[in-house]
Amino acid sequence: MVIKILGTGCARCKNLEQKVKEVVGSNNISAEIEKVTEIADIMKYGIMMTPGLVINEVVKSSGTIPSDEQILQWLKEN
Amino acid sequence: MKTKNANIYLAALIIWFLIYWFLEPGVNFFVCNILGLDKTSHITETIRFFIYEVPKVLLLLVLIVFAVGIIRSYFSPEKTRKLLEGKSLFTGNVMAGLLGTVTPFCSCSAIPLFLGFIEAGVPLGVTFSFLISAPMVNEVALVLLFGLLGWQTALLYLITGLIIAIFSGYIIGKLKLERYVEDWVYQIKAQNNNLEEAKINFDDRINFGLQAVKDIVSKVWIYIVIGIGVGAGIHGYVPQNFMAGLMGKSAWWSVPAAVLIGVPMYSNAAGIIPIVQALLEKGASLGTVLAFMMSVIGLSLPETIILKKVLKLPLIIAFVSITAFGIILVGFLFNLIY
Repeated sequence: MVIKILGTGCARCKNLEQKVKEVVGSNNISAEIEKVTEIADIMKYGIMMTPGLVINEVVKSSGTIPSDEQILQWLKEN
Repeated sequence: MKTKNANIYLAALIIWFLIYWFLEPGVNFFVCNILGLDKTSHITETIRFFIYEVPKVLLLLVLIVFAVGIIRSYFSPEKTRKLLEGKSLFTGNVMAGLLGTVTPFCSCSAIPLFLGFIEAGVPLGVTFSFLISAPMVNEVALVLLFGLLGWQTALLYLITGLIIAIFSGYIIGKLKLERYVEDWVYQIKAQNNNLEEAKINFDDRINFGLQAVKDIVSKVWIYIVIGIGVGAGIHGYVPQNFMAGLMGKSAWWSVPAAVLIGVPMYSNAAGIIPIVQALLEKGASLGTVLAFMMSVIGLSLPETIILKKVLKLPLIIAFVSITAFGIILVGFLFNLIY
């Protein structure tokens, strides 16, 4: 599974990255976490608020930091 | 509306009102009777001002940010974009200005938002109306103006801010500056993500409001404390009418000067408004102060530099100078009226 964090480096983006790492780590999920910081690349996903969370190329959230449970649920679905 | 914790929220609201209601007599009692300070001295006035205004503004902030957070949960950049797509110039500008006040926005999202709007075919001038109104007319500024200067000034700020956003965007649209947007912007083809609007109930909206309170209050409280601290110092120690010569009506140049100083200054509403209030008290005129505030909050150098990624220099200059000109005009107008 490939997880992408979209964000140009704002505080909330780092926050989300941290959170995803924790959820992945504590649930022994094998996933590759990638950061997308280039604005042109971010825009390809069609989001208008950062941070964005993309799992297997599907945008799951933008502009919010989802709860741990929500992130875990998305991860389990994939 | 059904919520799980309706009673808790109601209780919290009642407690809020009680604290707000008894804050002033409480502080007066504390300062005069418990600390036993001399009522007439400067230092007492400064202390009283500080320990009354800080909790008062924070209380207002919590309530309003919470309410605005709930309102914002009904809006999203995607919905706003849909509303603005293909709108004619003037109508589009008015709508963009209004929507800018309620759509969730943070300056770090200015670029993706700009690109998302342009890519969807929202006209450039309409996009700018949104980008001017969103940071300038925000709930933190309005709360502070309301708390420290009264609802009239808050309303004045809201209306003039909107007018500046609408007309600046309109002029930018009329000038046909599209060629000064970086070329790659028009080549973006975003995937159409059907980010489904998650069904949210009222409890989620309340959580959205609480989250907004947490995010915003944790970010701005320190500015409020420092701002009111400095304000309290000015309040107690700077002589009456000290600012009249410098920022008063008689000094016509003070309006453009205030804007020139204000644009490169980077502060948020929370830090600047308490100081502005103190300046007003010492003889600065409303128009000058309003212009200063708007240029600090609405136009900021770091944000403009971020925009450099997507805009060529002539468009940035046009954006800053048209907006600054609008602010100066508003400043003069208010100095004339009041």
